[in-house]
Amino acid sequence: MELTLDDYLLVSGLLFAIGFAGVLLRRNIIIIFMCLEMMLNAANLSLVAFSRFNVQNGLPNYNGQMLVFFIITVAAAEVAVGLAVIVALYRSRQTTHVEDISSLKF
Amino acid sequence: MALPWIILLTPLLSAAFIVLFTQRMRDFSAMVSVAACVISFIATCLLLGKPNGMYVTAYHWLDVAPNFSISIGFTIDQLSKTMLFVVTGIGALIHIYSLGYMEDDAGKSRYFAGLSIFMFSMIGIVFANNFVMMFLFWELVGVSSYILIGHWFDKPAPPAAANKAFITNRIGDFGFMLGILMLWIGTGSVYFDKIKGAMPAFAAHPCYLAAATVLVFCGAVGKSAQFPLHVWLPDAMEGPTPVSALIHAATMVAAGVYMLSRVFFLVAASPGAQGVIAFIGTTTAVGAALIAIQQNDIKRILAYSTLSQLGYMVCSVGIAADSAAMYHLFTHAFFKALLFLGSGAVIYGTHHEQDIWKMGGLKNRLPSTFMTFLVGTLALTGCPFFSGFFSKDSIITAALEGGHSMIFALLLGTAFLTSFYMFRLMVVVFGGHTRSAHARDGHQPPPVMTIPLLILAVPSIFAGYHFLAGRFLTLPAEEHINFGVMGLSVFVFFAGAGLAWFLYNGKDSDPVQIPLLAGRFYIDQFYQTLIALTQDFAASLAATFDRWILDGAIVRGMSGAAWVTGFVLRFLQLGNLQAYAFLFGAGSVALIYYFLFK
Repeated sequence: MELTLDDYLLVSGLLFAIGFAGVLLRRNIIIIFMCLEMMLNAANLSLVAFSRFNVQNGLPNYNGQMLVFFIITVAAAEVAVGLAVIVALYRSRQTTHVEDISSLKF
Repeated sequence: MALPWIILLTPLLSAAFIVLFTQRMRDFSAMVSVAACVISFIATCLLLGKPNGMYVTAYHWLDVAPNFSISIGFTIDQLSKTMLFVVTGIGALIHIYSLGYMEDDAGKSRYFAGLSIFMFSMIGIVFANNFVMMFLFWELVGVSSYILIGHWFDKPAPPAAANKAFITNRIGDFGFMLGILMLWIGTGSVYFDKIKGAMPAFAAHPCYLAAATVLVFCGAVGKSAQFPLHVWLPDAMEGPTPVSALIHAATMVAAGVYMLSRVFFLVAASPGAQGVIAFIGTTTAVGAALIAIQQNDIKRILAYSTLSQLGYMVCSVGIAADSAAMYHLFTHAFFKALLFLGSGAVIYGTHHEQDIWKMGGLKNRLPSTFMTFLVGTLALTGCPFFSGFFSKDSIITAALEGGHSMIFALLLGTAFLTSFYMFRLMVVVFGGHTRSAHARDGHQPPPVMTIPLLILAVPSIFAGYHFLAGRFLTLPAEEHINFGVMGLSVFVFFAGAGLAWFLYNGKDSDPVQIPLLAGRFYIDQFYQTLIALTQDFAASLAATFDRWILDGAIVRGMSGAAWVTGFVLRFLQLGNLQAYAFLFGAGSVALIYYFLFK
């Protein structure tokens, strides 16, 4: 069975939906963070799929894959910063639950 | 041509010298000012003998545009020489008189500097050979009048009167300026001779010409205190009496008439403007005479009589009898200065009492003042063989011969009123018995004040005679002497004098009470109300705009809108991280839906 672009996009959409649902529903900020990463990788998957299926002159279009490398790099940096923030937050609040962190409001 | 410069600049130098160097030396300042005026007078006498060199451009001043250059020039003709003679001659006498009247005044230096700057401005008006120069000095005269009316600025009334005079003149001067601009647009020049040369072409536009002439006349209405801008002159009597005599009787207020005579070629070419001028002049003559019969302040009576006489002159210009106007201006300057200085002597002699009902019986206490005042009165009221008789008759005759029977009748009636109110003044002030302590110890003023009176009494009698006046003026021709008119005016003179004697002799209070006239036709109150109403209306309009549109709608409206928007939006700040994520996701979905599927 030959895999088509739709299959990849379906998986990518599922990954994004699961990630977004996790961001909305989970309470632990570490899990939310992981779900965010999942959403990023969903986007990476679709970019790679688009790249692979956009063949010109017998070669795939590598622009999409280049963008994926950027996203991976940025995600790595983001993890470094995000985890540091979470650690700092835990130190000051002794919690990683988002309901407990709601003082930034009117 | 050094003489005109000497005449013009000596008073200016004197004023500058006093202000810069001799403020503290009061007597010396006075002497400087008097000397400057006398020098001007002597130079004027020398100038009288010189030939008439018209329109000498003495100093080229400004080139604004190719066809608009302004210079300081000297008009030297019969008209300006006569006017100069009057201005400097009477000015010199009044300067000398002021030495006595203002002897102990703390502001003596300031006063004499003011007189000098006035002389400079007035001489400038007389010399002007173009409208711009005339306007310049016209305004300077206004300023010096303001300074001198408000001389006693520590009292409440004089500064108010000075403001009133200045502001009222502003209205007339605005018209004057518009008139000058219209003439410049119409003829391309502001020089009298060039405008005169352009008249034949210019007269083809009668409406434009009439409008320009009437606007120029507006300047005269302000300066010569004609109805409806006459209200400032009676109030201007708050100034020192010599100032009233010099500025508000003999010279400055006559500047309007002089200006009209100077540009008479405009008036002559415009019958429409003549009608307006004659109407205003007659109205002022009659109205002011009516008001004068019910006033009780000696200077105000004279002020209203000045208004009335100026009305005669303006009316005379309006009926195309400019020579008669200048004739009356010439004689009036002498006897009105005499009357004012006489009233000053009376006021001085009675310790600054001005109410005629508190005087009385001064005939014996101030004999020489009485005699000279009587001469002035006889001249003003048109007693036969006194100067006013001839000049006033020439105006009345001109009205009759011009076919203006209505004006003739009104002017004759005014002559009757003049005789009546002046003899009322004479009888109440000098006749009867003394009615107050001030009058009882009334004393004769010093010779420095009485001698100018005696000198002025001479021209008051003789200035009207043709052999004398003819040397200074172009007089109305001899054949215009109308014995019928003369008889009538002699009759009204005796009628007025007799009625005044009959009504007022031996009375201690005014037997005639006419509130309308005593209230001066309530014109001041009318203006007060009018100005208050317009000003209140404009102010409330401006306040409403400021309070509701600027403050309310724009300033508070903008800050209020920002505040309300912020207040509403801050309910979205829930503080829940996942709510934000949800809103963000929902927004993204909405945008995607909008852009892809809509």
